[in-house]
Amino acid sequence: MLGKLDLSAIPLDEPIPLVAALVVFLAAVGVLGWVTIRGWWPYLWREWITSVDHKRIGVMYIVLAALMLLRGFVDAIMMRTHQAATLFGPGYLPPDHYDQIFSAHGTIMIFFASMPFIIGLMNFVVPLQLGVRDMAFPTLNSVGFWLTASGALLVNLSLVIGEFARTGWLPYAPLSELDYSPGVGVDYYLWAIQISGVGTLFTGVNLVTTILKMRAPGLGYLRMPIFCWTSLASAMLIVAAFPILTATLAMLTLDRYLGFHFFTNAGGGNPMMFVNLIWAWGHPEVYILVLPAFGVFSEIFSTFSSKPLFGYRSMVAATLFICVVSFTVWLHHFFTMGAGANVNAAFGIATSIIAVGTGVKIYNWIFTMYGGRIRFDTPMLWALGFITTFTVGGMTGVLLAVPAADFVLHNSLFLVAHFHNVIISGVLFGSFAGYTFWFPKAFGFRLHEGWGKAAFWLTLAGFILVFAPLYLVGLEGMTRRLQRVPVEGWGPPLLVALLGVAVMMAGAACQIIQLVVSIRRRESLRDETGDPWDGRSLEWSTSSPPPAFNFARLPHVENEEPYWSVKQRSIEGQPLEAPDSYEPIEMPKRSATGFLTAFFATAIGFALIWHIWWLAILGFIGAYATFVVFAWRDEAEVEIPAEEVARIDRERLRVREAWYRRREEAA
Amino acid sequence: MLRTLPLVAGGLLLAGCGGGVLDPQGPVGDGNRQILLNSLAVMLVIVVPTIIGALVFAWWFRASNSKARYRPGFTYSGRIELIVWSIPTLTILFLGGLIYYGSHALDPRRPLGPADKTLEIEAVALDWKWLFIYPAQRIATVNELTIPAGTPVRFRLTSASVMNVFFVPQLGSMIYAMNGMESELNLQADRPGELYGQGAHYSGSGFPGMNFTVHVVPAEAFSGWAAAVADGPGVLDAKSYRALALQSKDVPPSAYGEVQDGLFDAIVRQEIPPAPGPSGGRGGAPDVHPEARAESLSGSAAESAADVPGANLCTAPAGTIRTTALGAKRGG
Amino acid sequence: MSATTATGGLPSDISSRSGAHDPYRLGRHDGGAGVGEGGPASRYVTVSYGFWIFLLSDIIMFSAFFAGYAVLSGATEGGPTGRELFDLPRVAIQTGLLLTSSFTCGLASLASHRRDQLFTQVWLAVSGLLGAGFLLLELQEFATMISDGAGPSRSAFLSSFFALVGCHGLHVGLGLLFLATMMAQLAVKGFRDDILRRLHCFNLFWHALDIVWIAIFSLVYLLGASS
Repeated sequence: MLGKLDLSAIPLDEPIPLVAALVVFLAAVGVLGWVTIRGWWPYLWREWITSVDHKRIGVMYIVLAALMLLRGFVDAIMMRTHQAATLFGPGYLPPDHYDQIFSAHGTIMIFFASMPFIIGLMNFVVPLQLGVRDMAFPTLNSVGFWLTASGALLVNLSLVIGEFARTGWLPYAPLSELDYSPGVGVDYYLWAIQISGVGTLFTGVNLVTTILKMRAPGLGYLRMPIFCWTSLASAMLIVAAFPILTATLAMLTLDRYLGFHFFTNAGGGNPMMFVNLIWAWGHPEVYILVLPAFGVFSEIFSTFSSKPLFGYRSMVAATLFICVVSFTVWLHHFFTMGAGANVNAAFGIATSIIAVGTGVKIYNWIFTMYGGRIRFDTPMLWALGFITTFTVGGMTGVLLAVPAADFVLHNSLFLVAHFHNVIISGVLFGSFAGYTFWFPKAFGFRLHEGWGKAAFWLTLAGFILVFAPLYLVGLEGMTRRLQRVPVEGWGPPLLVALLGVAVMMAGAACQIIQLVVSIRRRESLRDETGDPWDGRSLEWSTSSPPPAFNFARLPHVENEEPYWSVKQRSIEGQPLEAPDSYEPIEMPKRSATGFLTAFFATAIGFALIWHIWWLAILGFIGAYATFVVFAWRDEAEVEIPAEEVARIDRERLRVREAWYRRREEAA
Repeated sequence: MLRTLPLVAGGLLLAGCGGGVLDPQGPVGDGNRQILLNSLAVMLVIVVPTIIGALVFAWWFRASNSKARYRPGFTYSGRIELIVWSIPTLTILFLGGLIYYGSHALDPRRPLGPADKTLEIEAVALDWKWLFIYPAQRIATVNELTIPAGTPVRFRLTSASVMNVFFVPQLGSMIYAMNGMESELNLQADRPGELYGQGAHYSGSGFPGMNFTVHVVPAEAFSGWAAAVADGPGVLDAKSYRALALQSKDVPPSAYGEVQDGLFDAIVRQEIPPAPGPSGGRGGAPDVHPEARAESLSGSAAESAADVPGANLCTAPAGTIRTTALGAKRGG
Repeated sequence: MSATTATGGLPSDISSRSGAHDPYRLGRHDGGAGVGEGGPASRYVTVSYGFWIFLLSDIIMFSAFFAGYAVLSGATEGGPTGRELFDLPRVAIQTGLLLTSSFTCGLASLASHRRDQLFTQVWLAVSGLLGAGFLLLELQEFATMISDGAGPSRSAFLSSFFALVGCHGLHVGLGLLFLATMMAQLAVKGFRDDILRRLHCFNLFWHALDIVWIAIFSLVYLLGASS
C-alpha cells in the first residue's frame, strides 16, 4: 500500500535531523496556526496563492529563496563547525549524515536559493522595466513558481522521511546508481530537481517570450534596460540548458527504477557520459545565475553614479558573448579525467575566453563610476563589494581553467573557495543588492540603511574570512567533502574559516533585523514618489507598490533611459505625465492552477520516491484534471473599469505632487 | 578586497612552506607550481590595478566630493571600449599560450623517462582504500605506497566501484580512476621522504579514510623493500581481491607478498565484476529492483568460477582496450 | 470583451488580430504589430512564439537522448545489435502513419480556418487514429524485443534505444491526450479564439514530433540496420 514507506524511514535513531525536523515542523505549525487564528487564509488564497500577478509571484519566489537560503546556511554552519570539531575529537556528525548535509547544502543553495532569488527578481522587475502589465503567460508563471516550491518541499521532506542524497550536489554516477546508493536519497534529489526544473523551464520560456514579444511601444532592442538584456540571456540559457538536465536526470532515473544501463558500471554503461551531460547543463547554469546578477549591478552602478551605463552596447555584446561561449567550456570541470592535452588546452582556452566578456563588464562598470556622483547607499555597497571580490574569484577561476594548474587544484578546497567566491559575491551579493534596490518598489517603503550597511560589512568580512583560508588550505592539498580532517596542519585555516562563519551569521542576523526594523518603521521609510533612488528606467515611473496593472497607460519609450529623460523634461518645465482620459484595463484572472499542479506534482514525486504507484497514478490524473479545468474556463480576464484606473492613477499623482511640494517647501 | 590581498598573499607564503602543492617534491609538481604561479602573475598584473581602480574611482567620484567633475554625458568612448576589450583579450592570448604549453608539457600520460627505467604501479581505488600493485615485483600494498626517489613512476589507474581520484599533492597532477577504464599518470619524486596521498573525489561514507602515506625511499633501498614485502605473507588473487574489494573503512596499511598476474587487467576489463555497494540505505533495502538482485547473484556465481584455480584471468588475452572519447581507456 | 465570440478573419492572419482589435490583449492597450518594439504583440503571436520556444527546448532534450544513443550505440555487451533487431518494414509503416497523420492534422487546421466544425473534428480524429496506430506498432515492437530478451536492461545500447524511441513514443502518447482534449473542447466550446490558439499549438507539437521521428528513423533505424 505504501510502497517502501514504513516507520523505519523516520530517522528516530539520529537525534540531529529529528530535532531539526521537529523545530521546523513546530515553526510551520505555529505560522499556519497564526494565519488561521488571524483569519488570513482567504486573503492569502486570493491575493497570493492563486495570484498570477508577476509582482506577487516575484515576491513569493524571493520569500522561498530566503527561507531556503537560511536552510542552506544552517547546513554550511554545520559543515564548518563539524569539520572544526573533528580537529579535537570525533565531531558530531557521522559520515552518513555529514554527506547528506553537504549534498543538501549544494542542492538547496543552487536550485532553491540562488535560482528562485534570481528568477524572483527577473519576474518582479522585467515586466516593469519593459513597461508592460504582466508576463506573456501569467498562469504559466504561477505554475512555474509552485513547481519550484514543490521541489523545495520534497528536498526538505527528506530530512524527516527517509534520507537525502549522499552523492554531492551533482549525483555523479556510478555512486548515484542503485548499486552504490540503494536508499531513497538520490530519488528525492531526482524528483525534486526534475519537478522544479520543469518549473524553471516554464519560467525561461515565459521570460524569453515576454522580453522578445512584449515591450512598451518604442522599446527597441537597443533601448532595453541592461537588466532585461541579461535576463533575456539567462532565460535563453534556461531554455537551452535545462532540457539537458531533464534528459540526464531522466536517464539516471531509468537506471535506478527500470534497470537501464546509461551510467552503470555494468551492462556497458558509461559513467563519464553522466559527467559530460551534467556539466553541459551545469556550466551554462552558472551563467543563468550570474548574468542577471550582472544586470542588477549594471542598474545599480548606473543609478547610484547618476550616470547612464558606460558602453551600453558593449555590455550587451559582452552578455551575449558569455551566453554563447558558456556552452563550449563544460569540460573544464574534469580536466583530470584523462582527456588528451589538445582537448584540455582547447577547453582551457575557451574557458579563459569567457573571462574576456566578464572583464569587459568590469571595466565598463568602473567607467560608469568615472565622472559620476556616487551615492553609497546599501545597494551600491553590495555592488562595490561585488566588483572587488568577484575580480579575485574570476581570477582564481581562470587559474582553474589552466589545465596544468587544475591538475593540482581540482576537487580541492581551492576549488570550493573559488566557486563560493564567484557565487557569493556574484549571485548572492547581486541578489541582496537587487533585494535592497527594488524592495521599496515592491512594498512602498525602503529598507533601513543602518542595518543594511551593517549586514553588508559583516557579510563581506565573514565571507573573506571563510574563503581566504579555504583557498590556502586547498593549496595545501586539502580535498573537498571530508567528514574529518586527516592532516593536522590544515587545522588553523579551518578555525579561521569557522570564525568567518560566525561573522557571516552576524551579517545574516543583521539582515533579518533590518527587515523587522524596516517593517516597524515603514511610515518613516515610506517611498511616496515611487522613485526612491532617483532611478532611470520605467519601473521607477509608477507608484510603489505598483498597481496591479503596473501602468495606467503604456509608456511610449523614446530612448535608452525613458524615466530619466522624462524627469529631465519635467525639470525643464514640462509636467510629469498627466493623462486626461483613462481606458478600462483587462488583467488576467487569478487561478489556482499553479498551486494545484504543484500539489499533484508533490504527490507524484513523493509517490515515485517511495514506489507508491497508485498515488502516482492518482497524482497524474489530478494534474491532468487541473489542466482541463483551466482550459475549460470561459473568462480568462477581468476588466478594471476606467474610473477605477483613473482613481488609482490620480491618487498616485496626487501623492507624488504632495511630496514634491513638501520637498520644495523644505528647500 | 584590498583587505583580502594581504591575507591571500600571506596564505600563499604560508602554504609555500607547508607541504602542499606549492612545495612540490618532484618534476611534475614543480611544473604544476610553475604554471600556477606564472598564470597567477599574469593575471595579477591586471587584476590588482583593476581592483584599485574600482575603489579609487568610487571614492573620488563620491557625491560629496566637490572637486570631482560630474560628467553625466560620459557614456561612450570608442577608444576606451577598444582598450576595455583588448586588455582582457591580450591577457587571455598570453594565458592561452601558457594553457597550451602547460597541458602538453604536463600531460599526465607523458613519460618522464625511458620505459626500462620507469617503475610501473597499478592503482585500484576500492571502497574505501587504495590498492597498489607492483607488477614487475609481483607484490601489492594497501593504503601505503612506496616508490624509489629519482625514478619515474608510471601509474595505471582504475577503480573497483565508483569514481575516485589519485592525488599526491606534493608530487603534482591528479587523475581520475574509473571502473571499467584505465587512466594513466606519470609522476616522480626527487628526494626520499614521507608524503601525504589521498583519494580526491568523494566516493561514499568511508571516503575520509582513503588517504595513504607515500614512502619515497632511496632508489637503491627500493629493491630491498620489495624483496622484504615479497617474503611476507598474503596472496592477492581473484578471491582475496574480492574480499578486499568489499566496502570497509579506515583500513590500516598492509601488503601482499604475491600477486596473481593480470589481476589489474582483469579488473579493467570487468572480468572481475565491479565491487558491490552497501547492502541498504534508508528506505532502500526492501525493494531493490529485480535486475540488481540478479546481477549480485550472477556476481557471486562469477566469483565461484573465478575461485577455480587457473581461472582464465591469468591467461586472458590482451584483449582490445579501446580509447573512449575522453581518452581514458576502456576495457573491451 | 467577451472571450467566447469568434471574430472573423483567420487566426493565422496576424494583422487582423493585432492593434486595438485583439480581443485577448490581456491588459494591453496598444496591441503591437507583432514585434516587441511596436508595443506588446497580440495574444496569438505570443502564444505561438512561446510554444515555439518550448518546442525548441523539447528538441534540445531529444538531442541529449540522441547524444546518449550515439555514445552507447556500440555498447551491445555481446547482446543483439540494431541490425539483428530492427524491422525496417514495420518502421516504414510507422513512418508512413506518422507523416500521414501530420498531413491530416494540417487538413484539420485548414478546416478550422474555415470554421468547419465537422471536418475539423473528422481530420483531427483521423490524425489521432493514425497516431494511435503508430504508437501501437511501437509498443508491439517493444514488447517483441523485451520478450526476446532484448529489453532495455540487456545492454547500454538497448537502454539508450528504448529511452530515445520511448521518449518520442511518450510524446506521441501525450499528443494523443492533448488531441482528445482539444476535440472535446472544440465540440463543447466551438471556435473560440483561445481554442484556435491551442489547436495551432497542437499542430506545431504534432509536426515537431515528425521532425524528431525523421531523425530517429534515419539515425537510429536506417543507420542501425545498415551498420
